[in-house]
Amino acid sequence: MTEYLLMLVGCLLVNNYVMCQFLGICPFLGVSKKFDTALGMGLAVTFVMTLASFMTWMVEHFLLLPLDLMYLRTIAFILVIAVLVQLVEMALKKLSYSLYQALGVYLPLITTNCAVLGVAVLNSNNGYGLLQSTLSGCFSALGFTLSLLLFSCIRERLELSDMPKWMQGFPGALIAAGLMAVSFMGFSGLIG
Amino acid sequence: MPKKNTFFGALLNGLLFENPTFVLMVGMCPTLAVTTAASNAIGMGLSTTVVLVFSNLFISLLRNLISEKIRIPAFIVVIASFVTIVEMVLKAYMPDLSATLGLYIPLIVVNCIIFARAEAFAFKNGPILALGDGLGMGLGFTAAITVLASVREIFGAGTLFGQDIMGSGYQPMSMLTAPAGGFLTLGILLIIVNMVRKKLDARMAARKEAESV
Repeated sequence: MTEYLLMLVGCLLVNNYVMCQFLGICPFLGVSKKFDTALGMGLAVTFVMTLASFMTWMVEHFLLLPLDLMYLRTIAFILVIAVLVQLVEMALKKLSYSLYQALGVYLPLITTNCAVLGVAVLNSNNGYGLLQSTLSGCFSALGFTLSLLLFSCIRERLELSDMPKWMQGFPGALIAAGLMAVSFMGFSGLIG
Repeated sequence: MPKKNTFFGALLNGLLFENPTFVLMVGMCPTLAVTTAASNAIGMGLSTTVVLVFSNLFISLLRNLISEKIRIPAFIVVIASFVTIVEMVLKAYMPDLSATLGLYIPLIVVNCIIFARAEAFAFKNGPILALGDGLGMGLGFTAAITVLASVREIFGAGTLFGQDIMGSGYQPMSMLTAPAGGFLTLGILLIIVNMVRKKLDARMAARKEAESV
């Protein structure tokens, strides 16, 4: 149990995907203008990343390893993720239309979120078991959501603040993200 | 502005006028992650360029065979195949670079630049133009991340391409090579690029006005 708790703290704060490993920067900068959309994106990513970690582990251990096809790992993983995203989109449309409408626009974007492929490749590189892989996918996605939500709050304030013209928009947001990353540096070394 | 409908026009467009990093602002993950040292940035940039050139060329050649509805999975397969080839070549001939870039090599698959160019350019244009666009965008990306990495390496470690250039008295700002430094340096570089572009735009507008009078 302690092991998984440590993993949770590790994924949320110490090795936060966005702030410390630079995974998932595109959605982090792209959909962080409003708190609500950031929350929607975070939830959608968490859902897909947890499922993707589970599915890619299955594909790796029941398909790629027995058939000795590990060199096809990248292609296999990205296809699994693309299919999964499509499936989630269709399932949500049928099962819960309100949730589909809330997340709708963000779902296709998740295929190209490098955090999803990143967690699959990292799980495989680290040789995690099934439970460990799935949990690491879920916890890392929660870490992504945390930083996305924090950053969206900062950006909502930034919109209203009076900045020099050449700093408005992207450059200002990057500086803010940099300062946020500085505070996340404080967590480094918390647990090995 | 050069014309986009020639090989060199498409190349220049990618290299300067629509530079993927400084103007379009896509492909931010590798931009920030591998720019701790200039040599890593060049390795990453050139690997991405190779993938981009070949995927653009092939998608452009196949554009009449791929139906509109399944284009995204088709793009993914084409891109992922070339990434796998690059991954294997790097592992075989440049094991050091392959080890430093590590996770970020398979992640070239989800680099938004490659996807965006396939969707926005290669799928709509002929192979020669797509080749020029891929080369221009790839080299533009390489140049941009090399600049970013040089700044971070010079001030963050006092070296450039591993050579000591700041002298022994220099106290390196090691924060710049940490993740936070990536965001800050890119932000500052973007401010500079924005200021230069605003100046250039104003000068162009002034010249146009003078001509029309």
